[in-house]
Amino acid sequence: MTMRYVYILASVLAAIGVTIFVYKWQALGFPLTAGQQKPAWTIETSLRFDAGPGSIKVNLQIPALTPGFGTLDQYSLSRNYGFSVNYGGGGREAQWTVRRASGPQTLYYRIVVYEDPDADLSDTTPPFPLPPVIDEPLKTAVEVIVDDVRAQSADPASFTSTLLRQANDSSPEPSVELLLADADTPVKFVDTMTTVLAAARIPARMIRGLELQDQTRRAELIPWLEIHDGVRWRYFDPQTGEESLPERFLIWFRGNDPLARVEGGSNIVVNFAVQQSLLDSMTIAEQRAAARQSMLVEFSLFGLPIQTQAVYSVLLMIPIGALIMVLMRNVVGIDAFGTFMPVLIALSFRETRLLWGVILFTLLVALGLSIRFLLERLRLLLVPRLTAVLIVVVILMLLISVVAHKLGLETGLSVALFPMVIIAMTIERMSVVWEERGAADAIRGGTGSMIIAVLAYLAMGMDWLEHIVFTFPELLLVVLAAVMLIGRYTGYRLTELRRFKVLAAE
Amino acid sequence: MIGIARKLRAAGVLGLNERNAEYIARLNPRRLYPRVDDKTMTKRLALEAGMAVPELYGTISHQADVRRIGEIVGERDSFVIKPAHGSGGDGIVVITGRSRRKRDCYRQASGLLITESELRHHISNIVGGQYSLSGNPDTALVEYCVQFDPLFADVSYQGVPDIRVIVYRGYPLMAMVRLPTRNSGGKANLHQGAVGAGVDLRTGTTLTGVLHNDVVDEHPDTGALFAGLRIPHWGFILESAARGYEVTGLGYLGVDIVIDRYLGPLILEMNARPGLSIQIANGGGLAHRIRRIDAIRDAGATPPERAEVARVEFTVELPAAPTELEPADYWVADDRR
Repeated sequence: MTMRYVYILASVLAAIGVTIFVYKWQALGFPLTAGQQKPAWTIETSLRFDAGPGSIKVNLQIPALTPGFGTLDQYSLSRNYGFSVNYGGGGREAQWTVRRASGPQTLYYRIVVYEDPDADLSDTTPPFPLPPVIDEPLKTAVEVIVDDVRAQSADPASFTSTLLRQANDSSPEPSVELLLADADTPVKFVDTMTTVLAAARIPARMIRGLELQDQTRRAELIPWLEIHDGVRWRYFDPQTGEESLPERFLIWFRGNDPLARVEGGSNIVVNFAVQQSLLDSMTIAEQRAAARQSMLVEFSLFGLPIQTQAVYSVLLMIPIGALIMVLMRNVVGIDAFGTFMPVLIALSFRETRLLWGVILFTLLVALGLSIRFLLERLRLLLVPRLTAVLIVVVILMLLISVVAHKLGLETGLSVALFPMVIIAMTIERMSVVWEERGAADAIRGGTGSMIIAVLAYLAMGMDWLEHIVFTFPELLLVVLAAVMLIGRYTGYRLTELRRFKVLAAE
Repeated sequence: MIGIARKLRAAGVLGLNERNAEYIARLNPRRLYPRVDDKTMTKRLALEAGMAVPELYGTISHQADVRRIGEIVGERDSFVIKPAHGSGGDGIVVITGRSRRKRDCYRQASGLLITESELRHHISNIVGGQYSLSGNPDTALVEYCVQFDPLFADVSYQGVPDIRVIVYRGYPLMAMVRLPTRNSGGKANLHQGAVGAGVDLRTGTTLTGVLHNDVVDEHPDTGALFAGLRIPHWGFILESAARGYEVTGLGYLGVDIVIDRYLGPLILEMNARPGLSIQIANGGGLAHRIRRIDAIRDAGATPPERAEVARVEFTVELPAAPTELEPADYWVADDRR
């Protein structure tokens, strides 16, 4: 009966733990290993202009909706300037303002983005565009082109492809040639295309973006064409008419407006510099979870102050050490002093490192034991004697530190990190066992404690495990379930197989 | 390794985990523990139930009373001091006599002398809680020193041999005689190196012994064979053990009984977590016997009835050839002679 409750409870706990774990891992993209890195790009936009005599107002189009990319951070560097971000027709606009400035001015806007396949931010469905007002003779040319292309296409997408193909033809139709007489830059070309598309009542706009590479000091905004087919926005290469988007294409802004405007200044020059860096996946996952307003992350360890986080990264490993101890004691059957003493010793090994930890601990206990036997002759009462042992332990730690420092063994200093009360208790317990049951039992218990401590240390020292437990603390529920199951383990301990070996012979 | 486990399972050997989870956790409610963990209470309850126990001379529960030891002991030459909450025989001092010249110098069972001030320090340690399970302040008991029956004189080295009976839901299940050795310091505790000899429940005759998890036939110090000793008052011993269930209410119980030369069987103490080495001493597991009791248990049976059931059910045929020396050993021994 009890058994069934334990199984049910354990499986419920494990299921909860694993479910949260899988959700965080798969859906939120929390990394399984520490230091997993994802590329991120810092795009620095610098605006240079000459200040005029009066007040200055500078506007810059900045990214708003960026399919395929998430924004990690954005900020402006501009001394003395007021800075604000407004939502305009084409998206977002950054605005710098200053009452008075003189000489050449430079303003910076930086944005950090990372690739995020889920960031498919849907834009609004636009209304059908009004027929553009075009002067003759272009009006006729546009009408001819629209009629011609419409005849050769089926829907907005194929219309656009066909249009672009005709426009890029090396020997174009006369009407196309007439229309494109002025379009000597790619931007003007795409602009003209949007006019034609508008004439065909297809919502279209120019987008301009950056192809993100490792490092580019002078990145160019590439114009691209975007049309709405009634369901979604589609992207077309203005050069070939193919429906596509360049690799790692960050859409900077949409529309026909100029990239930057300056009032009260002149000669504005905008430059883009792209720098790729590697960011911890953790940062990105948090960012993504925050964007989804996931409660799981809102109430996670990562919300705590850094120092507290550091404490918990250690504390969360204690259950792992304790699990090792449970396994060693109840399944393997190793004797040890105290219930949690081995885990606490293992914890202090974190600072001293293993070899030194074992050496220092053994030294300390051995010295303490010999002093304890001397104290025995004084016939002190129990509590004062324990206190005396404690004080002796502190003095011994001090001596070891000082001697080690003199000898230049800096690791010796870490002896101070041992839990001295635990050591004092160990010494007392060990000395009682020593007297009552003999040295063999005492040394066996001490060795057992040490073996468990070392194993617990090794388990608790695994970086990937520490990372996993810290990132997915819900896995502690799985540990809890495991401990519960071991709690109902009624099989033999490994050491019992040896102990009762004679009974198995028959 | 799995093969060994399977064989042990087949032999009905009980492991620590199974004992703790299945029997102790289920049959021994924690609130009843004080009845066995506190030896003064065990003694009182046993007396109330009409069982024979070693006479209590006095108790010391405060440091200030430690000096009263002389007063409690009076002119007696032998007595035992033990912690009320001790476990595994820790902290027990057996005084068997006094120095002729100095009356305040006592002779321990080991023959070593101990002065009264040393004795006081020991008692003060007991009272301070050095031997109690939790380290809490404790009480020291001063009681009658059992004059053990000469029956076991050949198979024990100093100290007092006792009989451990495992009682499952009131039914005696298995028994062994625990015999002190030089290594055990005169203590009848298997952990400390005492020898345990299995006992046939029907006749009260000893079987082979166990020393440190190994089967042995002869006492390591005296060389006497264990097997074939007939324990006196056997029926009464089993009955007393069975009665331990009524006294303590514990369903999985170890009852320790000593046989006094003059007073007969006395209940020494009871244990809520009796050890498992008794299985080695008896050459068989407890699990089969537990299942048998579960099958035939009668909740209304009286202690004598239950003892009788145990005698009928759990008889063991005596091992045919207890000595299994390798032939080579004989030759070596002969050469030396």
